Amino acid sequence: MIEGHAAIEPPPGVPVWDVDPYDPQTLADPDAYYAELRAKGPFVYIPRYSVLACGRHQETQEVFSDWERFVSSRGVGLQDFKLETPWRSPSIILEVDPPAHSRTRKVMSRVLSPKVANALREQFLVAANKLVDELLEKDSFEAIAELAEVYPTNVFPEAMGLREVNRRFLIDYGAMVFNALGPDNDLRRNAMAMGPEIVPWITRQCKRENLRQEGFGAEIYAAADAGEISEDEAGMLVRSLLSAGVDTTVTGIGSALWCLATNPGEYEKLKENPKLLRPAFEEVLRFTSPVHSFCRTADRDTEVSGVEIVAGTKILCVLGAANSDETRWPDAGRFDVNRRPTGHLAMGSGVHGCVGQNLARAEVGAVLTAIVNKVDKIKLNGPARWRPNNAIHALDTMPLTFTPR
Amino acid sequence: MTKIIFVDFKGKKTTIEARDGDNLMQAAIAGGIEGIVGECCGAMMCATCHVYVEEPYLSSLLERSEGEEEMLECTASEQRTNSRLSCQIKIGPDIEGMIVHLPEEQ
Ligand code: HEM
Repeated sequence: MIEGHAAIEPPPGVPVWDVDPYDPQTLADPDAYYAELRAKGPFVYIPRYSVLACGRHQETQEVFSDWERFVSSRGVGLQDFKLETPWRSPSIILEVDPPAHSRTRKVMSRVLSPKVANALREQFLVAANKLVDELLEKDSFEAIAELAEVYPTNVFPEAMGLREVNRRFLIDYGAMVFNALGPDNDLRRNAMAMGPEIVPWITRQCKRENLRQEGFGAEIYAAADAGEISEDEAGMLVRSLLSAGVDTTVTGIGSALWCLATNPGEYEKLKENPKLLRPAFEEVLRFTSPVHSFCRTADRDTEVSGVEIVAGTKILCVLGAANSDETRWPDAGRFDVNRRPTGHLAMGSGVHGCVGQNLARAEVGAVLTAIVNKVDKIKLNGPARWRPNNAIHALDTMPLTFTPR
Repeated sequence: MTKIIFVDFKGKKTTIEARDGDNLMQAAIAGGIEGIVGECCGAMMCATCHVYVEEPYLSSLLERSEGEEEMLECTASEQRTNSRLSCQIKIGPDIEGMIVHLPEEQ
Protein backbone atom coordinates (compact mmCIF):
# COMPACT_ATOMS: atom_id res chain seq x y z
CA MET A 1 0.00 0.00 0.00
CA ILE A 2 1.08 3.54 -0.72
CA GLU A 3 -1.03 6.68 -0.19
CA GLY A 4 -4.04 4.46 0.44
CA HIS A 5 -3.85 2.40 -2.74
CA ALA A 6 -2.10 -0.75 -3.93
CA ALA A 7 1.50 -0.22 -5.05
CA ILE A 8 2.16 -1.32 -8.64
CA GLU A 9 5.24 -2.13 -10.69
CA PRO A 10 5.97 0.19 -13.61
CA PRO A 11 4.34 -1.41 -16.69
CA PRO A 12 6.81 -2.57 -19.39
CA GLY A 13 8.00 0.27 -21.61
CA VAL A 14 6.58 3.04 -19.45
CA PRO A 15 9.07 5.74 -18.43
CA VAL A 16 9.74 6.04 -14.71
CA TRP A 17 9.75 9.72 -13.72
CA ASP A 18 10.66 10.75 -10.20
CA VAL A 19 8.58 13.90 -10.08
CA ASP A 20 6.27 15.27 -7.38
CA PRO A 21 3.15 16.66 -9.06
CA TYR A 22 2.07 17.91 -5.62
CA ASP A 23 5.17 19.96 -4.91
CA PRO A 24 3.86 23.44 -3.99
CA GLN A 25 6.16 25.05 -6.58
CA THR A 26 4.84 22.75 -9.32
CA LEU A 27 1.25 23.29 -8.23
CA ALA A 28 1.75 27.05 -8.45
CA ASP A 29 3.44 27.01 -11.85
CA PRO A 30 2.70 23.70 -13.58
CA ASP A 31 3.44 24.42 -17.26
CA ALA A 32 6.91 22.85 -17.39
CA TYR A 33 5.63 19.75 -15.57
CA TYR A 34 2.69 19.49 -17.99
CA ALA A 35 5.01 19.74 -21.01
CA GLU A 36 7.47 17.16 -19.73
CA LEU A 37 4.69 14.76 -18.78
CA ARG A 38 3.33 14.89 -22.34
CA ALA A 39 6.79 14.62 -23.86
CA LYS A 40 7.69 11.46 -21.95
CA GLY A 41 4.89 9.37 -23.43
CA PRO A 42 1.22 8.52 -23.12
CA PHE A 43 1.83 7.40 -19.52
CA VAL A 44 4.59 7.78 -16.96
CA TYR A 45 5.11 5.86 -13.72
CA ILE A 46 5.67 8.08 -10.68
CA PRO A 47 7.53 6.00 -8.06
CA ARG A 48 6.95 8.14 -4.96
CA TYR A 49 3.18 7.61 -5.25
CA SER A 50 3.23 4.40 -7.30
CA VAL A 51 0.72 5.74 -9.83
CA LEU A 52 0.52 6.14 -13.56
CA ALA A 53 -0.01 9.68 -14.85
CA CYS A 54 -1.24 10.77 -18.26
CA GLY A 55 -1.22 14.24 -19.81
CA ARG A 56 -1.75 13.81 -23.55
CA HIS A 57 -5.22 14.78 -24.65
CA GLN A 58 -6.13 11.47 -26.25
CA GLU A 59 -5.26 9.11 -23.41
CA THR A 60 -6.42 11.51 -20.69
CA GLN A 61 -9.82 11.75 -22.35
CA GLU A 62 -9.98 7.97 -22.80
CA VAL A 63 -9.15 7.15 -19.19
CA PHE A 64 -11.25 9.96 -17.74
CA SER A 65 -14.42 9.07 -19.61
CA ASP A 66 -14.38 5.25 -19.84
CA TRP A 67 -16.25 4.53 -16.61
CA GLU A 68 -16.43 0.79 -17.26
CA ARG A 69 -12.70 0.24 -17.16
CA PHE A 70 -11.65 3.26 -15.10
CA VAL A 71 -14.02 3.67 -12.20
CA SER A 72 -14.77 6.61 -9.92
CA SER A 73 -16.27 4.47 -7.15
CA ARG A 74 -12.78 3.71 -5.80
CA GLY A 75 -12.18 7.45 -5.33
CA VAL A 76 -11.06 10.23 -7.66
CA GLY A 77 -8.03 10.98 -5.48
CA LEU A 78 -5.02 8.83 -4.58
CA GLN A 79 -6.90 6.80 -1.98
CA ASP A 80 -8.56 3.54 -3.13
CA PHE A 81 -11.93 3.32 -1.36
CA LYS A 82 -11.91 -0.43 -1.83
CA LEU A 83 -8.86 -0.66 0.42
CA GLU A 84 -9.24 2.28 2.80
CA THR A 85 -12.12 4.17 4.35
CA PRO A 86 -12.27 7.76 3.06
CA TRP A 87 -12.38 10.77 5.40
CA ARG A 88 -16.05 11.40 4.65
CA SER A 89 -18.75 9.15 3.23
CA PRO A 90 -18.22 9.00 -0.56
CA SER A 91 -20.20 11.32 -2.80
CA ILE A 92 -23.24 9.56 -4.27
CA ILE A 93 -22.70 11.25 -7.65
CA LEU A 94 -18.98 11.93 -8.12
CA GLU A 95 -17.71 8.78 -6.44
CA VAL A 96 -20.09 6.12 -7.81
CA ASP A 97 -20.39 4.32 -11.16
CA PRO A 98 -23.43 3.59 -13.31
CA PRO A 99 -26.05 2.29 -12.74
CA ALA A 100 -26.06 3.84 -9.22
CA HIS A 101 -24.65 7.03 -10.73
CA SER A 102 -27.37 7.33 -13.37
CA ARG A 103 -30.10 7.57 -10.72
CA THR A 104 -28.61 10.48 -8.76
CA ARG A 105 -27.20 12.15 -11.85
CA LYS A 106 -30.68 12.30 -13.34
CA VAL A 107 -31.95 14.30 -10.37
CA MET A 108 -29.00 16.68 -10.41
CA SER A 109 -29.05 17.32 -14.14
CA ARG A 110 -32.70 18.24 -13.88
CA VAL A 111 -32.11 20.57 -10.93
CA LEU A 112 -29.19 22.26 -12.74
CA SER A 113 -30.51 22.13 -16.32
CA PRO A 114 -29.77 24.81 -18.94
CA LYS A 115 -33.34 26.05 -18.46
CA VAL A 116 -32.77 26.61 -14.75
CA ALA A 117 -29.46 28.37 -15.43
CA ASN A 118 -31.05 30.59 -18.08
CA ALA A 119 -33.82 31.62 -15.71
CA LEU A 120 -31.17 32.85 -13.26
CA ARG A 121 -29.22 34.92 -15.78
CA GLU A 122 -31.12 38.16 -15.14
CA GLN A 123 -30.66 38.01 -11.37
CA PHE A 124 -27.00 37.01 -11.78
CA LEU A 125 -26.41 40.04 -14.01
CA VAL A 126 -27.99 42.45 -11.53
CA ALA A 127 -25.64 41.16 -8.81
CA ALA A 128 -22.65 41.34 -11.14
CA ASN A 129 -23.41 44.92 -12.21
CA LYS A 130 -23.66 46.01 -8.60
CA LEU A 131 -20.36 44.43 -7.64
CA VAL A 132 -18.48 45.79 -10.65
CA ASP A 133 -19.88 49.29 -9.96
CA GLU A 134 -18.51 49.12 -6.42
CA LEU A 135 -15.09 48.00 -7.62
CA LEU A 136 -14.95 50.76 -10.22
CA GLU A 137 -15.05 53.23 -7.30
CA LYS A 138 -11.76 51.92 -5.92
CA ASP A 139 -8.24 52.87 -7.05
CA SER A 140 -7.18 49.27 -6.64
CA PHE A 141 -8.75 46.08 -5.27
CA GLU A 142 -7.82 42.52 -4.40
CA ALA A 143 -9.42 40.53 -7.21
CA ILE A 144 -9.68 37.22 -5.41
CA ALA A 145 -10.89 38.38 -2.00
CA GLU A 146 -13.05 41.24 -3.26
CA LEU A 147 -14.46 39.82 -6.48
CA ALA A 148 -13.83 36.14 -7.27
CA GLU A 149 -14.75 34.96 -3.74
CA VAL A 150 -17.52 37.48 -3.21
CA TYR A 151 -19.58 36.89 -6.31
CA PRO A 152 -20.30 33.15 -6.13
CA THR A 153 -20.81 33.30 -2.37
CA ASN A 154 -23.43 36.02 -3.00
CA VAL A 155 -25.40 34.36 -5.77
CA PHE A 156 -24.89 30.61 -5.33
CA PRO A 157 -26.18 30.15 -1.74
CA GLU A 158 -29.12 32.34 -2.75
CA ALA A 159 -29.89 30.14 -5.77
CA MET A 160 -29.49 27.03 -3.62
CA GLY A 161 -31.79 28.42 -0.96
CA LEU A 162 -29.35 28.29 1.97
CA ARG A 163 -30.76 30.10 4.97
CA GLU A 164 -27.39 30.72 6.57
CA VAL A 165 -24.31 31.90 4.67
CA ASN A 166 -20.74 31.67 5.92
CA ARG A 167 -18.51 32.80 3.07
CA ARG A 168 -15.29 31.47 4.61
CA PHE A 169 -16.72 28.03 5.40
CA LEU A 170 -18.20 27.67 1.91
CA ILE A 171 -14.91 28.44 0.20
CA ASP A 172 -12.74 26.48 2.62
CA TYR A 173 -14.96 23.39 2.44
CA GLY A 174 -14.40 23.18 -1.32
CA ALA A 175 -10.65 23.64 -0.87
CA MET A 176 -10.67 20.94 1.79
CA VAL A 177 -12.51 18.42 -0.36
CA PHE A 178 -10.10 19.02 -3.24
CA ASN A 179 -6.95 18.95 -1.10
CA ALA A 180 -8.15 15.63 0.33
CA LEU A 181 -7.72 14.08 -3.12
CA GLY A 182 -3.94 14.39 -2.92
CA PRO A 183 -1.22 12.56 -0.99
CA ASP A 184 -0.68 12.89 2.74
CA ASN A 185 1.18 16.21 2.37
CA ASP A 186 0.96 19.52 4.27
CA LEU A 187 -1.88 20.71 2.06
CA ARG A 188 -3.96 17.66 2.86
CA ARG A 189 -3.08 17.67 6.56
CA ASN A 190 -3.92 21.36 6.93
CA ALA A 191 -7.19 20.82 5.10
CA MET A 192 -8.12 17.90 7.34
CA ALA A 193 -7.31 19.98 10.41
CA MET A 194 -10.07 22.42 9.39
CA GLY A 195 -12.61 19.59 9.34
CA PRO A 196 -13.87 19.71 12.93
CA GLU A 197 -14.80 23.38 12.55
CA ILE A 198 -16.29 23.30 9.04
CA VAL A 199 -17.83 19.87 8.46
CA PRO A 200 -20.57 20.08 11.15
CA TRP A 201 -21.66 23.44 9.76
CA ILE A 202 -21.80 22.06 6.20
CA THR A 203 -23.73 18.97 7.32
CA ARG A 204 -26.29 21.18 9.05
CA GLN A 205 -26.87 23.32 5.97
CA CYS A 206 -27.71 20.19 3.93
CA LYS A 207 -30.78 19.43 6.05
CA ARG A 208 -34.21 20.06 4.63
CA GLU A 209 -35.19 22.53 7.32
CA ASN A 210 -32.16 24.72 6.63
CA LEU A 211 -33.10 25.23 2.99
CA ARG A 212 -35.68 27.72 1.79
CA GLN A 213 -38.80 26.66 -0.12
CA GLU A 214 -37.29 27.79 -3.38
CA GLY A 215 -33.92 26.83 -4.79
CA PHE A 216 -31.84 23.85 -5.85
CA GLY A 217 -31.89 22.45 -2.33
CA ALA A 218 -35.70 22.32 -2.22
CA GLU A 219 -35.76 20.84 -5.74
CA ILE A 220 -33.48 18.04 -4.61
CA TYR A 221 -35.70 17.35 -1.59
CA ALA A 222 -38.71 17.36 -3.93
CA ALA A 223 -37.08 14.40 -5.69
CA ALA A 224 -37.03 12.67 -2.29
CA ASP A 225 -40.72 13.45 -1.80
CA ALA A 226 -41.40 11.93 -5.22
CA GLY A 227 -39.64 8.74 -4.14
CA GLU A 228 -36.81 9.09 -6.68
CA ILE A 229 -34.15 9.24 -3.95
CA SER A 230 -34.21 8.85 -0.17
CA GLU A 231 -34.20 11.72 2.34
CA ASP A 232 -30.59 10.94 3.25
CA GLU A 233 -29.58 10.87 -0.39
CA ALA A 234 -31.14 14.30 -0.88
CA GLY A 235 -28.92 15.61 1.90
CA MET A 236 -25.91 14.00 0.26
CA LEU A 237 -26.67 15.65 -3.08
CA VAL A 238 -27.02 19.03 -1.41
CA ARG A 239 -23.58 18.37 0.09
CA SER A 240 -22.26 17.75 -3.45
CA LEU A 241 -23.42 21.23 -4.44
CA LEU A 242 -21.54 22.70 -1.51
CA SER A 243 -18.38 20.66 -2.23
CA ALA A 244 -18.21 21.25 -5.97
CA GLY A 245 -20.12 24.45 -6.63
CA VAL A 246 -18.32 27.25 -4.80
CA ASP A 247 -14.54 26.94 -4.86
CA THR A 248 -14.60 25.87 -8.53
CA THR A 249 -16.55 28.92 -9.64
CA VAL A 250 -14.41 31.22 -7.49
CA THR A 251 -11.43 29.77 -9.31
CA GLY A 252 -13.07 30.17 -12.71
CA ILE A 253 -13.74 33.86 -12.10
CA GLY A 254 -10.26 34.55 -10.72
CA SER A 255 -8.64 32.79 -13.65
CA ALA A 256 -10.84 34.61 -16.18
CA LEU A 257 -9.75 37.95 -14.69
CA TRP A 258 -6.13 36.84 -14.81
CA CYS A 259 -6.39 35.86 -18.49
CA LEU A 260 -7.95 39.20 -19.40
CA ALA A 261 -5.59 41.31 -17.25
CA THR A 262 -2.52 39.64 -18.72
CA ASN A 263 -3.83 39.63 -22.32
CA PRO A 264 -5.18 43.17 -22.83
CA GLY A 265 -5.36 42.68 -26.60
CA GLU A 266 -7.77 39.79 -26.12
CA TYR A 267 -9.86 41.91 -23.72
CA GLU A 268 -10.17 44.58 -26.43
CA LYS A 269 -11.60 41.93 -28.77
CA LEU A 270 -14.28 41.07 -26.20
CA LYS A 271 -15.21 44.75 -25.85
CA GLU A 272 -15.60 44.99 -29.61
CA ASN A 273 -17.58 41.78 -29.90
CA PRO A 274 -19.37 40.62 -26.73
CA LYS A 275 -20.56 37.53 -28.65
CA LEU A 276 -17.07 36.20 -27.99
CA LEU A 277 -17.71 36.12 -24.23
CA ARG A 278 -19.04 32.58 -24.26
CA PRO A 279 -16.20 30.98 -26.23
CA ALA A 280 -13.77 33.20 -24.30
CA PHE A 281 -14.76 31.55 -21.02
CA GLU A 282 -14.24 28.15 -22.65
CA GLU A 283 -10.77 29.35 -23.56
CA VAL A 284 -10.20 30.46 -19.95
CA LEU A 285 -11.17 26.96 -18.84
CA ARG A 286 -8.87 25.33 -21.37
CA PHE A 287 -6.01 27.70 -20.69
CA THR A 288 -6.12 27.55 -16.89
CA SER A 289 -7.79 24.16 -16.06
CA PRO A 290 -9.29 24.99 -12.64
CA VAL A 291 -9.40 21.25 -11.84
CA HIS A 292 -5.80 20.35 -12.69
CA SER A 293 -5.99 16.64 -12.00
CA PHE A 294 -8.34 13.93 -10.76
CA CYS A 295 -7.75 10.17 -10.57
CA ARG A 296 -9.43 7.07 -11.84
CA THR A 297 -8.82 3.47 -10.73
CA ALA A 298 -8.46 0.60 -13.20
CA ASP A 299 -11.08 -1.93 -12.19
CA ARG A 300 -9.71 -4.69 -14.45
CA ASP A 301 -6.54 -5.55 -16.33
CA THR A 302 -6.60 -3.51 -19.51
CA GLU A 303 -4.52 -1.65 -22.06
CA VAL A 304 -4.43 1.93 -23.37
CA SER A 305 -2.27 3.00 -26.32
CA GLY A 306 -0.25 -0.21 -25.97
CA VAL A 307 0.41 0.28 -22.25
CA GLU A 308 -0.58 -2.60 -19.97
CA ILE A 309 -2.54 -1.45 -16.94
CA VAL A 310 -3.22 -3.87 -14.11
CA ALA A 311 -6.41 -3.88 -12.01
CA GLY A 312 -6.10 -1.59 -8.99
CA THR A 313 -3.79 0.92 -10.69
CA LYS A 314 -4.41 4.54 -9.78
CA ILE A 315 -4.14 6.82 -12.78
CA LEU A 316 -3.61 10.53 -12.32
CA CYS A 317 -5.44 12.22 -15.20
CA VAL A 318 -3.72 15.57 -15.60
CA LEU A 319 -6.45 17.66 -17.19
CA GLY A 320 -4.23 20.76 -17.22
CA ALA A 321 -1.66 18.94 -19.34
CA ALA A 322 -4.30 17.56 -21.72
CA ASN A 323 -5.74 21.04 -22.17
CA SER A 324 -2.36 22.41 -23.22
CA ASP A 325 -1.49 19.54 -25.60
CA GLU A 326 -0.08 21.15 -28.76
CA THR A 327 -1.16 18.22 -30.91
CA ARG A 328 -4.76 18.99 -30.05
CA TRP A 329 -4.58 22.80 -29.65
CA PRO A 330 -2.19 24.52 -32.04
CA ASP A 331 -0.29 27.30 -30.24
CA ALA A 332 -1.73 25.94 -26.98
CA GLY A 333 0.31 28.34 -24.84
CA ARG A 334 -1.54 31.32 -26.26
CA PHE A 335 -4.78 32.63 -24.75
CA ASP A 336 -6.94 33.21 -27.82
CA VAL A 337 -10.57 34.32 -27.45
CA ASN A 338 -11.24 33.37 -31.07
CA ARG A 339 -10.35 29.74 -30.49
CA ARG A 340 -13.26 27.31 -30.26
CA PRO A 341 -11.86 24.98 -27.63
CA THR A 342 -14.70 22.46 -27.60
CA GLY A 343 -13.28 19.19 -26.35
CA HIS A 344 -11.23 20.67 -23.49
CA LEU A 345 -11.39 18.54 -20.38
CA ALA A 346 -11.74 21.32 -17.79
CA MET A 347 -15.34 20.28 -17.06
CA GLY A 348 -14.53 16.60 -17.39
CA SER A 349 -15.90 14.34 -20.09
CA GLY A 350 -18.47 11.57 -20.40
CA VAL A 351 -20.94 10.44 -17.73
CA HIS A 352 -19.33 12.44 -14.90
CA GLY A 353 -18.92 15.62 -16.98
CA CYS A 354 -19.62 18.56 -14.68
CA VAL A 355 -23.29 18.60 -13.80
CA GLY A 356 -23.00 22.22 -12.62
CA GLN A 357 -21.49 23.54 -15.83
CA ASN A 358 -24.56 25.44 -16.97
CA LEU A 359 -24.67 27.23 -13.68
CA ALA A 360 -20.94 27.91 -13.68
CA ARG A 361 -21.22 29.38 -17.18
CA ALA A 362 -24.19 31.51 -16.16
CA GLU A 363 -22.35 32.90 -13.12
CA VAL A 364 -19.08 33.62 -14.85
CA GLY A 365 -20.93 34.82 -17.95
CA ALA A 366 -22.76 37.41 -15.86
CA VAL A 367 -19.54 38.68 -14.29
CA LEU A 368 -17.80 38.95 -17.66
CA THR A 369 -20.81 40.68 -19.23
CA ALA A 370 -20.87 43.28 -16.45
CA ILE A 371 -17.13 43.86 -16.82
CA VAL A 372 -17.18 44.19 -20.61
CA ASN A 373 -20.08 46.65 -20.40
CA LYS A 374 -18.50 48.84 -17.76
CA VAL A 375 -14.74 48.42 -17.68
CA ASP A 376 -12.39 49.98 -20.22
CA LYS A 377 -9.08 48.56 -18.97
CA ILE A 378 -8.23 45.80 -16.50
CA LYS A 379 -4.84 46.60 -15.05
CA LEU A 380 -2.65 44.26 -13.02
CA ASN A 381 -1.10 46.22 -10.11
CA GLY A 382 1.41 43.69 -8.92
CA PRO A 383 2.21 40.00 -9.18
CA ALA A 384 -0.61 37.46 -9.23
CA ARG A 385 0.07 34.61 -6.80
CA TRP A 386 -1.32 31.09 -7.02
CA ARG A 387 -2.70 29.11 -4.08
CA PRO A 388 -1.43 25.51 -4.22
CA ASN A 389 -4.13 22.85 -3.93
CA ASN A 390 -3.88 19.12 -4.61
CA ALA A 391 -6.61 19.20 -7.27
CA ILE A 392 -7.41 22.86 -8.02
CA HIS A 393 -5.24 25.42 -9.79
CA ALA A 394 -6.44 28.67 -8.27
CA LEU A 395 -5.18 32.17 -7.65
CA ASP A 396 -4.54 33.36 -4.13
CA THR A 397 -4.06 37.09 -4.64
CA MET A 398 -4.14 39.48 -7.59
CA PRO A 399 -4.23 43.28 -7.21
CA LEU A 400 -6.26 44.89 -10.01
CA THR A 401 -7.60 48.25 -11.13
CA PHE A 402 -10.71 48.72 -13.27
CA THR A 403 -10.96 51.93 -15.27
CA PRO A 404 -14.48 52.92 -16.38
CA ARG A 405 -15.61 52.73 -20.00
CA MET B 1 -15.95 9.28 -44.44
CA THR B 2 -19.59 10.27 -44.69
CA LYS B 3 -20.99 13.34 -46.42
CA ILE B 4 -23.23 15.59 -44.28
CA ILE B 5 -24.94 18.77 -45.47
CA PHE B 6 -25.58 21.60 -42.99
CA VAL B 7 -28.04 24.38 -43.80
CA ASP B 8 -27.84 27.43 -41.53
CA PHE B 9 -30.92 29.40 -40.50
CA LYS B 10 -30.42 31.81 -43.41
CA GLY B 11 -30.37 28.92 -45.87
CA LYS B 12 -26.61 28.78 -46.52
CA LYS B 13 -25.39 25.25 -47.26
CA THR B 14 -22.07 23.75 -46.16
CA THR B 15 -21.03 20.19 -46.94
CA ILE B 16 -18.53 18.37 -44.77
CA GLU B 17 -16.84 14.97 -44.92
CA ALA B 18 -17.32 13.50 -41.44
CA ARG B 19 -15.24 10.75 -39.88
CA ASP B 20 -17.19 7.54 -39.28
CA GLY B 21 -17.53 6.73 -35.60
CA ASP B 22 -17.43 10.40 -34.51
CA ASN B 23 -20.66 12.02 -33.45
CA LEU B 24 -22.29 14.76 -35.50
CA MET B 25 -21.42 17.50 -32.99
CA GLN B 26 -17.70 16.59 -33.14
CA ALA B 27 -17.87 16.42 -36.92
CA ALA B 28 -19.50 19.86 -37.11
CA ILE B 29 -16.87 21.42 -34.84
CA ALA B 30 -14.06 19.76 -36.82
CA GLY B 31 -15.68 21.00 -40.03
CA GLY B 32 -15.88 24.58 -38.73
CA ILE B 33 -19.69 24.73 -38.70
CA GLU B 34 -20.50 28.00 -36.88
CA GLY B 35 -24.02 27.16 -35.75
CA ILE B 36 -22.99 24.33 -33.42
CA VAL B 37 -21.51 25.21 -30.02
CA GLY B 38 -21.26 21.90 -28.15
CA GLU B 39 -20.24 23.47 -24.85
CA CYS B 40 -20.48 20.31 -22.75
CA CYS B 41 -18.82 18.21 -25.43
CA GLY B 42 -21.33 15.40 -25.38
CA ALA B 43 -22.06 15.07 -21.65
CA MET B 44 -25.71 15.86 -22.50
CA MET B 45 -25.72 18.85 -20.21
CA CYS B 46 -25.95 21.96 -22.35
CA ALA B 47 -28.32 21.66 -25.35
CA THR B 48 -26.03 23.84 -27.50
CA CYS B 49 -25.60 21.34 -30.35
CA HIS B 50 -29.28 21.36 -31.28
CA VAL B 51 -30.15 20.54 -34.92
CA TYR B 52 -33.22 19.81 -37.05
CA VAL B 53 -32.82 16.62 -39.08
CA GLU B 54 -34.58 16.16 -42.44
CA GLU B 55 -36.42 13.03 -43.46
CA PRO B 56 -35.78 10.31 -44.48
CA TYR B 57 -32.66 10.52 -42.31
CA LEU B 58 -34.57 11.38 -39.14
CA SER B 59 -36.43 8.06 -39.11
CA SER B 60 -33.21 6.12 -39.61
CA LEU B 61 -31.65 7.47 -36.38
CA LEU B 62 -31.79 5.76 -32.99
CA GLU B 63 -34.63 7.16 -30.91
CA ARG B 64 -34.10 10.00 -28.46
CA SER B 65 -33.06 8.83 -24.99
CA GLU B 66 -34.76 10.18 -21.90
CA GLY B 67 -31.77 12.44 -21.22
CA GLU B 68 -31.89 13.85 -24.72
CA GLU B 69 -35.63 14.50 -24.39
CA GLU B 70 -34.97 16.49 -21.24
CA MET B 71 -32.19 18.53 -22.84
CA LEU B 72 -34.35 19.29 -25.88
CA GLU B 73 -36.74 21.01 -23.45
CA CYS B 74 -33.93 23.51 -22.83
CA THR B 75 -32.93 24.59 -26.35
CA ALA B 76 -32.47 28.28 -27.13
CA SER B 77 -34.41 28.05 -30.41
CA GLU B 78 -37.79 26.32 -30.59
CA GLN B 79 -37.99 22.55 -30.28
CA ARG B 80 -39.62 20.82 -33.25
CA THR B 81 -40.57 17.19 -33.88
CA ASN B 82 -37.33 16.78 -35.84
CA SER B 83 -35.12 18.35 -33.14
CA ARG B 84 -32.09 16.32 -32.09
CA LEU B 85 -28.87 16.85 -30.16
CA SER B 86 -26.12 16.36 -32.69
CA CYS B 87 -23.83 14.84 -30.04
CA GLN B 88 -26.20 11.87 -29.92
CA ILE B 89 -26.01 11.11 -33.66
CA LYS B 90 -23.31 8.67 -34.73
CA ILE B 91 -21.66 9.20 -38.11
CA GLY B 92 -21.72 6.17 -40.42
CA PRO B 93 -22.56 5.11 -43.98
CA ASP B 94 -26.25 4.76 -43.04
CA ILE B 95 -26.60 8.58 -42.94
CA GLU B 96 -24.56 9.40 -46.07
CA GLY B 97 -25.84 12.69 -47.53
CA MET B 98 -27.94 13.60 -44.46
CA ILE B 99 -29.36 17.13 -44.48
CA VAL B 100 -29.28 18.95 -41.14
CA HIS B 101 -30.74 22.38 -40.44
CA LEU B 102 -29.18 24.66 -37.86
CA PRO B 103 -31.30 26.70 -35.43
CA GLU B 104 -30.90 30.47 -35.21
CA GLU B 105 -29.59 30.30 -31.65
CA GLN B 106 -27.84 27.77 -29.45
C1 HEM C 1 -15.64 26.66 -13.34
C2 HEM C 1 -16.34 25.90 -12.55
C3 HEM C 1 -16.30 24.39 -12.51
C4 HEM C 1 -15.33 23.50 -12.94
C5 HEM C 1 -14.01 23.82 -13.61
C6 HEM C 1 -15.82 22.16 -12.65
C7 HEM C 1 -15.15 20.99 -12.96
C8 HEM C 1 -15.67 19.72 -12.85
C9 HEM C 1 -15.05 18.50 -13.33
C10 HEM C 1 -13.70 18.42 -14.02
C11 HEM C 1 -15.89 17.46 -13.03
C12 HEM C 1 -15.68 16.00 -13.40
C13 HEM C 1 -15.19 15.16 -12.28
C14 HEM C 1 -14.92 13.73 -12.69
O1 HEM C 1 -15.19 13.32 -13.82
O2 HEM C 1 -14.40 12.96 -11.84
C15 HEM C 1 -17.02 18.02 -12.34
C16 HEM C 1 -18.08 17.28 -11.82
C17 HEM C 1 -19.06 17.81 -11.01
N1 HEM C 1 -19.33 19.15 -10.78
FE1 HEM C 1 -18.25 20.71 -11.51
N2 HEM C 1 -17.04 22.27 -12.03
C18 HEM C 1 -17.37 23.60 -11.92
C19 HEM C 1 -18.53 24.12 -11.36
C20 HEM C 1 -19.51 23.39 -10.73
C21 HEM C 1 -20.69 23.93 -10.10
C22 HEM C 1 -21.06 25.41 -10.10
C23 HEM C 1 -21.35 22.88 -9.54
C24 HEM C 1 -22.65 22.86 -8.78
C25 HEM C 1 -23.64 23.66 -8.99
C26 HEM C 1 -20.61 21.68 -9.84
C27 HEM C 1 -20.97 20.40 -9.44
C28 HEM C 1 -20.37 19.24 -9.90
C29 HEM C 1 -20.82 17.90 -9.53
C30 HEM C 1 -21.96 17.56 -8.58
C31 HEM C 1 -20.00 17.00 -10.24
C32 HEM C 1 -20.07 15.47 -10.22
C33 HEM C 1 -20.83 15.03 -11.44
C34 HEM C 1 -20.85 13.54 -11.65
O3 HEM C 1 -20.00 12.83 -11.11
O4 HEM C 1 -21.75 13.06 -12.38
N3 HEM C 1 -19.50 22.03 -10.57
N4 HEM C 1 -16.88 19.40 -12.25
